[in-house]
Amino acid sequence: MPVEIPKDQWPGEVRTVTIGATAEEGGTRSRVVTVGGEKTLPFMHFEAETPNPPVVAIEIKDRRPDDWSPLLLDVWGDVANDPAAWAKAAEEAGADLIELMFSLTDAEGNPITPESAVTTVRAVLEATGLPLLVFGPGQAEVDNELLVPVAEATKGERIVLGICEDKNYRTIVAAALANDHLVSARTPMDVNLAKQLNILITDMGLPPDRVLMDPTTGALGYGIEYGYSVMERLRLAALQGDAMTQFPMIVTPGFEAWKAKESKVGEGVPESWGDWEGRAINWETLTAITLIEAGADIVVLRHPESVRRIKAAIEELMTVPEMA
Amino acid sequence: MALSGIQIYKLLPQTNCKDCGFPTCLAFAMKLAAKQVELSACPHVSEESKALLAESAAPPIRLVTLKSDGYEVKAGNEVVLFRHEKTFYHRPGLFIRVRDTEPADEIKKKASAVDAYSVTYVGIDLTLDGFAVEATSGDPTTFAAAVGAIREVSERPLILISRDPAVMAAGLQAVNGEKPLVYGADSDNWEAMADLAGQHEVPLAVIGKTLDELAELTEKIKEKGVEDMVLDPAARDLSGSLVLNTQIRRLALKKNFRPLGYPLIAFPGDAGDPAREAILAAQAIAKYAGFIVLDTFAPELAYPLLVLRQNIYTDPQKPIQVQPGLYEINEPTPESPLLVTTNFSITYFSVANEVEGSGLPAWLLVADAEGMSVLTAWAAGKFDAERIAKAVKNFGVAEKLSNKRIVIPGHVAVLSGELEEELPGWEIRVGPREAVDLPSYMKEAL
Ligand code: B12
Ligand code: SF4
Repeated sequence: MPVEIPKDQWPGEVRTVTIGATAEEGGTRSRVVTVGGEKTLPFMHFEAETPNPPVVAIEIKDRRPDDWSPLLLDVWGDVANDPAAWAKAAEEAGADLIELMFSLTDAEGNPITPESAVTTVRAVLEATGLPLLVFGPGQAEVDNELLVPVAEATKGERIVLGICEDKNYRTIVAAALANDHLVSARTPMDVNLAKQLNILITDMGLPPDRVLMDPTTGALGYGIEYGYSVMERLRLAALQGDAMTQFPMIVTPGFEAWKAKESKVGEGVPESWGDWEGRAINWETLTAITLIEAGADIVVLRHPESVRRIKAAIEELMTVPEMA
Repeated sequence: MALSGIQIYKLLPQTNCKDCGFPTCLAFAMKLAAKQVELSACPHVSEESKALLAESAAPPIRLVTLKSDGYEVKAGNEVVLFRHEKTFYHRPGLFIRVRDTEPADEIKKKASAVDAYSVTYVGIDLTLDGFAVEATSGDPTTFAAAVGAIREVSERPLILISRDPAVMAAGLQAVNGEKPLVYGADSDNWEAMADLAGQHEVPLAVIGKTLDELAELTEKIKEKGVEDMVLDPAARDLSGSLVLNTQIRRLALKKNFRPLGYPLIAFPGDAGDPAREAILAAQAIAKYAGFIVLDTFAPELAYPLLVLRQNIYTDPQKPIQVQPGLYEINEPTPESPLLVTTNFSITYFSVANEVEGSGLPAWLLVADAEGMSVLTAWAAGKFDAERIAKAVKNFGVAEKLSNKRIVIPGHVAVLSGELEEELPGWEIRVGPREAVDLPSYMKEAL
């Protein structure tokens, strides 16, 4: 019995965004990463070609983090003491991108200075040829203080600056505009808030092909269902032609999953939680794969084994099945 | 998909006789389409129209139930492609596969562990659903023995796997009176399998290498009187299964295409590698499987999969909440500390589990924050000084405590000033940000 497969015809598509710049393009990266360009829902190969695969960024910190799970600190070992070495190790672990996230304070409890932030970013750029995302510690004012000088010192690199949110988008967008960088626009899990911020950002004159949107997610067990559905809705809106949702999506399953007790803690937990390391990696991987299938273009991860599994899964998802 | 009023009208006598209580057949048809009247109110519909109308009222994806003594696993009856459009209803059953070539005591050991497995998430006990028994031996007696071995230790529902009707018959004999899923019928054996499923009145899984083949098989099997079917579109990779499951779901929901209007079965266990199996299973949960067969039974995999299933199948309109009130943890006395949190289930249980696990007694005041997490509620103005003070008063907290001291979550430290004003005479303490750090905080600072 011949079955007629219903195909969705979408009027809209996601914009293509390129991160990083090579020497010819005014930067120093050995390669660039392009995301977006989808014309269908994730991996519906029978409707249209998926031009760019989702990619994996590995999150590194400017110094050894105090609050990370011991599993992560063990697996990265000494490189976690040195962002440049860490970036190199992350590249070797299969990262497509490096996300450098600043701490609020140094090991002695003193605030991170703009000068040291610039030095760190320079060292990381030196150590890896991968394109970079540079994120402040997540407090709008501190983010501004660190990101502006970083943006100026790295003009032309097409770095992604974050977090760019309603409280500080003016400063971050201005820094991106003046220095040929990109921004990652974060809103708390709401389609309309995401659109609104994207409007504000593009109204400032930042070309839309320099904007990523981070709709925020929760980890498995801690609100993933909200993030998942907001992402599905955003992607549907983009395909339906809503211009202010047509940006590639970036999410941080690594950050979220490793905050959960399931990943952080190995002792004094129920036996039914099983082996700690296995559970923690599953926590991160299952959060990530679920979001990739909801439309994530960039997932930021922490554990090298999760990176390996997710990269393999992406390759499999990108393989066009025979019947398509 | 249900018929429109006009489509229904065409099936009515069109005499406008008013016996149904409506002025015209069209008016009656409109009410029928809106499901506000029963078809039986019109005494004049032809048998033929009745059958067509009943068919159109049937759910686009058939509800299939596996049953055993004391257990049921249902799949189907789904109505949307995306959970935000309404909700997903029937959580896919998670089955652990055993092979009949494994020694009986191994099978029993594994099956008892699976049967006993239970993990608590936001106060809900989550368990696996049953077993898939595969006749790797190809021998009826061996197969029946393996099924029997499971039944010695567990009553949970079964999926019986063999393409050989003689072997399947032996398996079905071993669980007479139950409703296991028979897996399965393909283009070679479908007649014999349909006969077996018909005789035993059990659901039948149908395997097809293409959707054309699948649709043809289900139609032929239906003609033999078997209505409860489950589809295996036979892809075993992430890309193929995502595409096929989506196509089948769309055909059923958007085109009301009956030949594929059945729940789906997935075999992540076929991956042969637990890491890949986990990812395939996660996809199956979010993307439309009704029954999922795993080879790996490991708590570190079962737990995240059960939680993912719970999350994806949560009704987006109703966050899971707990009742606001004053909760006692580890038998507190008037001297024990008072902690305050919100009534979002995930939040409440993160805190309650930590305190309970620490063995330290405490009072946990759960304010009515309309089911939101601490920061969400704070941002939405549902967890502010006024609401906390109201909870303190409403639940008679002061009468139960000897000292007036309250610990607020570290994430809402900004509330302490206002709360001092709302609760004169109380000492406001700012606790840690994450619940994990509560036990050490309670030991050291309280
Ligand atoms: C899921 C989510 C939602 C869901 C709601 C889920 C729910 N039922 O609450 C939805 C999508 C609806 C939502 C909506 C909004 N959200 Co929201 N949301 C989240 C998200 C992703 C996770 C929240 C969560 O469930 N956390 C897990 C629970 C367990 O955490 P928790 O309650 O804080 O509890 C922990 C601790 O606080 C501590 N704890 C709890 N109680 C106690 C008690 C004591 C004594 C102690 C010591 C500790 C303690 O223990 C717990 C575990 O460690 C967060 C971002 C994030 N990743 O955290 C944003 C977040 C909370 N949301 C935010 C915002 C702004 C909103 C909105 C206002 C925006 C909007 N979309 O309009 C709305 C408000 C709701 C409304 N008006 O209807 C912001 C808040 C920003 C801020 N700091 O003010 C956040 C932080 C996102 C962000 N980075 O911007 N959100
Ligand atoms: S009873 Fe039947 S035939 Fe008569 S008006 Fe109603 S629908 Fe029409």
